Amino acid sequence: MSAAVPPRGRFELALRSGRPVVTCEISSADGADPEDVRRRARLVRDYVDAVNVPDNTGGVVHASPISSCAILVQEGIDPIMHMTVRDRNRLALQSDMLSASLLGIRNLLCLSGDHMIHGDHPQAKPVFDIDSVQLVALASYLTREGRYLSGREIKPPPDLFPGAAENPFAPPYDFRPLRLGKKIEAGARFIQTQIIFNVDRFEEFMGRVRDLGLDRKVPILAGVAPIRSVKAARYMRDGVPGMEVPEALIRRMERAGDKKARREEEGIRICVEIIDRLRNMPGIAGFHLMPIQWESAVAEICRQAGLKPATAAPSPTNELVSPLPNP
Amino acid sequence: MGDRPRRVPIGFRYEPPSNAFGWVGRVLRRHPRATREINRSVAPFENLTKVLLFSCNMCGQCVLHETGLTCPMNCPKQNRDGPCGGVRMDGHCEVIPEMMCVWVKAERRSRLLPWRNDILRIQAPLDWRRRGTSAIINMFVDPFAEEEEA
Repeated sequence: MSAAVPPRGRFELALRSGRPVVTCEISSADGADPEDVRRRARLVRDYVDAVNVPDNTGGVVHASPISSCAILVQEGIDPIMHMTVRDRNRLALQSDMLSASLLGIRNLLCLSGDHMIHGDHPQAKPVFDIDSVQLVALASYLTREGRYLSGREIKPPPDLFPGAAENPFAPPYDFRPLRLGKKIEAGARFIQTQIIFNVDRFEEFMGRVRDLGLDRKVPILAGVAPIRSVKAARYMRDGVPGMEVPEALIRRMERAGDKKARREEEGIRICVEIIDRLRNMPGIAGFHLMPIQWESAVAEICRQAGLKPATAAPSPTNELVSPLPNP
Repeated sequence: MGDRPRRVPIGFRYEPPSNAFGWVGRVLRRHPRATREINRSVAPFENLTKVLLFSCNMCGQCVLHETGLTCPMNCPKQNRDGPCGGVRMDGHCEVIPEMMCVWVKAERRSRLLPWRNDILRIQAPLDWRRRGTSAIINMFVDPFAEEEEA
């Protein structure tokens, strides 16, 4: 483990390859069973370059993404760990960045986090010691300067690959591309967007992003998700702030009926249609699939949309560097 | 949007907005104990006026001028660098549905200001020790500067 050149993760290599990158999100463990994470990871591993693990998504308690990501590293998958400023102050955040690095996790997606008011512990104290832009800056500071925020040296410094998210579907719409620029200036190396259902709005957003030249600075991955049912679509529209689900999509889901197979097929078809529309949009470096609790849909979406990971899965001889023994 | 030099992404020190009154800072720095007393006596008045005008939260490191004269500390997530991704379609806050998003207001108002590009600067993380102290006095002299330099 004393390589002179730090090993680049598969995700970074994929982004550098210039080919469209595919990433996907799996939920973190919701019970004390590591096999659960492995099982879900195996459903998606052949179709993606990297796998995201969210941090107490929606303000609902799950296992810490560090643990789930460490399991993904054991499985030979390059994880992207979400980090939110909702639950931890700057001490805990820096300590988690270092811990992640120790466990072979380099890719961090820096977020503010859904407010706990929407989660299962609305009475908790919100932390928000720093904000998401500062979190990106913090991660890149640790890597670039090799120091903690206090100025104390880190020996050896972590080699992090920080990224950020952007939601083009929430007001103030004019400010969103500028905020993206702010995150890139803070040191974000990749961008994953919120789930895209309203392609027209996204097109507008990307036009502005291209005018600012941001798509040439960092790769932008378009977020897409399959809708599982009318109920899920309505919940996303009304229950998840900052999510825009056009009425037309909800009507299409209604027409698909109540039969599980029919509506799931329709949901995947809608997702593939959105991918097809986005595919030729300039400035998009790939796709980020968010099959909320529905990991088995990833294979079907990738097959229908013809999405392939940009990099080949690491062969057994060329495994990702992991300090953990394989089980 | 603008060519003004930006703040270094992370030097991570709060920079006062203006250095025009550098001499005030020099005088105050010579008398740290008196400065603390002045700070303590100015803070309530600053609090009163700024709460009335901007519903100030007395964070002690004011960025009002860079956020369209809208206090970002009223944001439930206390975002100092822009809106979160949860703003409702009507521009209201995701946490307090009846409140207009602080950053929707900030963005709209900052367009009216001649220094409108300042909203694009990356802010240093808050120093929570300054909470409740006078931002005006802190602007001239950093109350925690000595410890940090030592």
